Order: sequence, then C-alpha cells, then structure tokens
Amino acid sequence: MISAILVLLLILVYALLILWAERKIAAFVQDRMGPMEVGYKGLGQSLADILKLLQKEDIVPATADKFMFKLAPLLVFTSVFAGFACIPFIPSSEGNHIGLTLFFILSIISLDVIGVIMAGWGSGSKYPVMGAMRAIAQIVSYEIPLTLSVLCVVITCQSLDLQEISYQQGLQANVGEEGMVKNYFLGLKFLGIETGNVGGIFTWNVMRSPFLFFAFMIFFITALAECNRAPFDIPEADSELVSGFHTEYSGFRFAILFLGEYALMLLLCLLGVILFLGSWNSPLPNIGSVKLCSWTTGEPGTWASSCWAVLWLSSKTLLLLFIQIMARWTYPRLRVDQLMNLCWKVLIPSGLLLIFVCSVWRILMI
Amino acid sequence: MNTATKPYRRTSLLEGISTLLNGFRLTLKHLLKAKKPISSGYIYSENYTYPSSGIVTVEFPHESIPVPDHGRYQLHNEIEDCIVCDLCAKICPVNCIEIVPIKSPVEIGKTSDGTTKRIYAAKFDIDMAKCCYCGLCTTVCPTECLTMTSNFDYSEYDIRKMTYSFSEMTAEEIELRKKEYAEYEARKKQAAVTDATKDTISTPKTNPAKIVIKPVVKPAIQKNETDKNDNTPS
Repeated sequence: MISAILVLLLILVYALLILWAERKIAAFVQDRMGPMEVGYKGLGQSLADILKLLQKEDIVPATADKFMFKLAPLLVFTSVFAGFACIPFIPSSEGNHIGLTLFFILSIISLDVIGVIMAGWGSGSKYPVMGAMRAIAQIVSYEIPLTLSVLCVVITCQSLDLQEISYQQGLQANVGEEGMVKNYFLGLKFLGIETGNVGGIFTWNVMRSPFLFFAFMIFFITALAECNRAPFDIPEADSELVSGFHTEYSGFRFAILFLGEYALMLLLCLLGVILFLGSWNSPLPNIGSVKLCSWTTGEPGTWASSCWAVLWLSSKTLLLLFIQIMARWTYPRLRVDQLMNLCWKVLIPSGLLLIFVCSVWRILMI
Repeated sequence: MNTATKPYRRTSLLEGISTLLNGFRLTLKHLLKAKKPISSGYIYSENYTYPSSGIVTVEFPHESIPVPDHGRYQLHNEIEDCIVCDLCAKICPVNCIEIVPIKSPVEIGKTSDGTTKRIYAAKFDIDMAKCCYCGLCTTVCPTECLTMTSNFDYSEYDIRKMTYSFSEMTAEEIELRKKEYAEYEARKKQAAVTDATKDTISTPKTNPAKIVIKPVVKPAIQKNETDKNDNTPS
C-alpha cells in the first residue's frame, strides 16, 4: 500500500517536472526561453497548469457514450500505473513476486490501447475516432517489434523476472553462488575475458551480447511509437486531428489522460534501462585496484546500495527521457504509410533475425 | 504515365542513420547554445535584430530592445509653448488633433522662443488611437512645441484613454476667458458703432477701426516672411 502511494507520488512529481523540462527543452532548441513567469525559471508553470485544469468544468459531449467516455481516462492511467508495480527500483525491493514481471508489464501496457479506443470511440466526434483508429493501428503493430526486442533479452538472460535480469547485469558479488551467470566481454566467450568482477558498463545487457545493442535500438524506436511520441505521434497529430483521441476531454479527465501518457513514457524508459542499460547498476567499471564499480554500488543490502541504485536507475532513465524529448523537437512526424513500412518491413524482420541470432549466440557463446 | 510519377527514392539505412544523427546534432547545438545573447546595444550594431546565436526572446515588460535616441512614436505637446495656431490640426491627415481656441484681448505671455501668445487653448486633444505617425504636425508647428517622443508603449484597455488632453485650463477658467473675450468684442462693437456715428459727420469711411489695426499687423508678418525668403537663396 505504502509503495503504491510512493509510486503515485513519484509519478505526479515526475509529471510536473517532465512537463516543465519538455517545454524548456523545446524552447531552447527553438532559441526561445520557455516558461519564465511562475516560480524560478518557470518551474511552477506545470503546477499552475494542473491547478487550472482541475478548476475546469468536466464536459461530457452530448453525442458521447457517457459510460465509456468517463471510464477511458481511468483505464488508461490505471493500466500504466499497474505496470509500475513490477519495476525493481532498488536491489532489495520486494516488488512483485510473480516471477513473470516482464510478461506482466508487456500485457498490462497492451491494456492501455483499450482505454485509447474507448476514449476515441466514446467521444462521438470525428477527430477522436480517427485518432483512436490510428492509435490502435500503430500501437498494436508496434507491440510486435517491442516484444521481439524484449525477447532477445529474455533469451540472453533466461529469465522473465526483472529483478533477476537486473542482478545479472551487475557485479557477480551481488548475485551469490546459486545464481552464477558468467559474463564475457561483449559476450565473446572465445576471448576468455571475464567481466563478472569488472562490472560497470561491461556487464550491461547492451555489452553482454554483440546483438543486444541493436535490440535496444529497436526497443527505443518502438517505445517512442508505443507512447505516441514524435516522430510517431500520428494518433494525436495536432496539425491534422486537433489532438487525436483526447480532443473532447477537458479538466480532470484530460489531466489524467495526459498523466497516463507521460507515465507510460517513464515506464517504457525505466523498462529500457532495466532490460538493456544495466538497471540500477553502476556504469563505472572496476579497473585493477581502482574499484569504481564496487564503490558506486555499495555493500549489498545496505542503505548506501539502495541510494546508489536509485541514483543510477533514475539518471539513466532521465537520459533516455531526454533523448525522447529531443527526438520530438528534432524529427518531423512520419506519414501513416511510412510508419507502417518502418514497422512491418524494417523493425519486425530485423527483430525476428535478432531473436534467431541471439538464440544461437546463447547456445554457442554464453 | 510512368514519366509523370517520380520513382520513389530509396535511401540506404546508413544514409538514414547519418541524417538522423545530423538532425540531432543540430538541435543539440541550439540547446547547448541557449543562453541569453549579450545585449547587442545600439540599433546600428550588426546583430541588433538577429543575434547570431543564443535565445532571441526579449522578455518585453521586463526588458526591451533599445530604441533610437530620438524616436518618433508618441506625440507630446508642450502647452506652455503652444500659440494655438491650429496648423497641426489642419495638416493632420487623419484629424486626430482637436483644438478649441479662445482668443484673448491682450497678450497672454511669451513662449520660450519669444513668440507672443494671444490665444488660450480651451481644448487640445490628440487621439493617439487615430494617429498615423506621419509627423506632419511636428514639421508645421511654428514654435516646435509639438514633438514626437521615444515612448512607444502606451497601449490601454479603454480606447478613450488613448486621447491625450494637453490643455491645462479648468472649466471655470474657460468660462471666464470666454466671458472676457465676449465682453471685449461687445465693447469693440460699441466703440465701432460710436466711431461710425462720429465718422459720418467728418469723413465717409467705412469701418475705420478695423482698418487701422490690421495694416499695422500685416506688414510685420510680411516683413518677416520676405526676410526669410531673402535669406534662404543667398
């Protein structure tokens, strides 16, 4: 219960900051200043916006399917929020003991699309319906390469448990005797360079196998599409569809939809860090007697290790979020056919190929 | 038919990656250079309007781009120096200057350049909402009391506040001056009538009083103008 409230608080604070950061980054990229008036450098701007949204009237259009229209934002946010239940924030976190956390997250994210279709269809207006149709076409087809890229990690790590995958990407000392997994430099066993005691960036999944880096690329691109971010934001293409499936929403329900979108962005970035970028493990390797990795990890089970874990996990996640935001202000929106081309002709074939290669690599090399 | 449709240009994967990175580098460069440019200073400096790098936003109410020292924006009338000649109101192409003069029987005073003031300005209103900033009124003004100032930020929520009154006379004063002049006129008429009755006996001239005054004034003005005309060619 307490952890649920903590995660909710985390999401709320994160949403306020990421909204501000997004506007600031957008402004700086375009040689503007962004919000400046509310608080120091406009830091209070998103809080002011949320307060404004909460005061607004909760409008339900006359043509809307009222039940679906009212339920949709809650479904969108709850499904994303449930995904956070499985994120291992620190090494000692209890989290969820189902042991299939990755599978659970992937399936609960898929539930998000039902909320989107309910919002779009229930609005009883043309733009939301078009936005919802695009969103479904996009999210459903991009779920395939997302799952394929995640499967590459699952094959390499032989686990669906995110905490287990996190442990494998760290120092061997953290794992203990029974969970021994030998890590080789770039996953090349014949070189005979064991990195289990070096740790740092060399035990991250992107370095554990020579192909997981490409899997990460696929994951990142599909994650952009999954959370409807530019350059894959055709479901809410502002210039064509007003704002897609949430055109008719106002006030608190709009805020919840918005929050759900940004929470999904955070969830996918967290997932990307956990699966590919070493989870809560330190990026600094042990070099000889300079044990940077051990110093920046802390003794297992202590407060220091938890603090380090939160620091590394959050900083890596923020880096990914930054790249996502920058991508939005750099790249133009894809057309629908280009979007489908990219998914079905590029990402899915290469994802399938990567799965094959990773399986072979797993058998032969690790 | 085939010639009309352009073949779809296929780009290689490497080209795609390099262009994506190129775009990212460009935006990142702008992000990193997002600092306030050092104030470019005077209008003649090279990057006055378009600084080469950095944030271009001017947070207007808090700061503003420097304007020229002698900007020609808001009209201002130094009423102390105004002789209420009505030239500005006559030349104004949009009729934004409204003047109500009251003549005075005696000289009121002198302006700072020594011109005699003979007319009170009961009303001297300039409607800046109508003004087209042509500056004609300032060029015709003989005493240079009507000028354009560097103040450009005087927008208002109420359109009526855009009308600026420069007259400093109170309502009572206006009444007083009007009465004064009316009395003077009456006295003059009286005098003219009595003069006329006297003149019918001696000389049969019509309206001698006015003729006596006017020739005195007119040559003085003409003399000034001829002086100017003589001076300018030489």
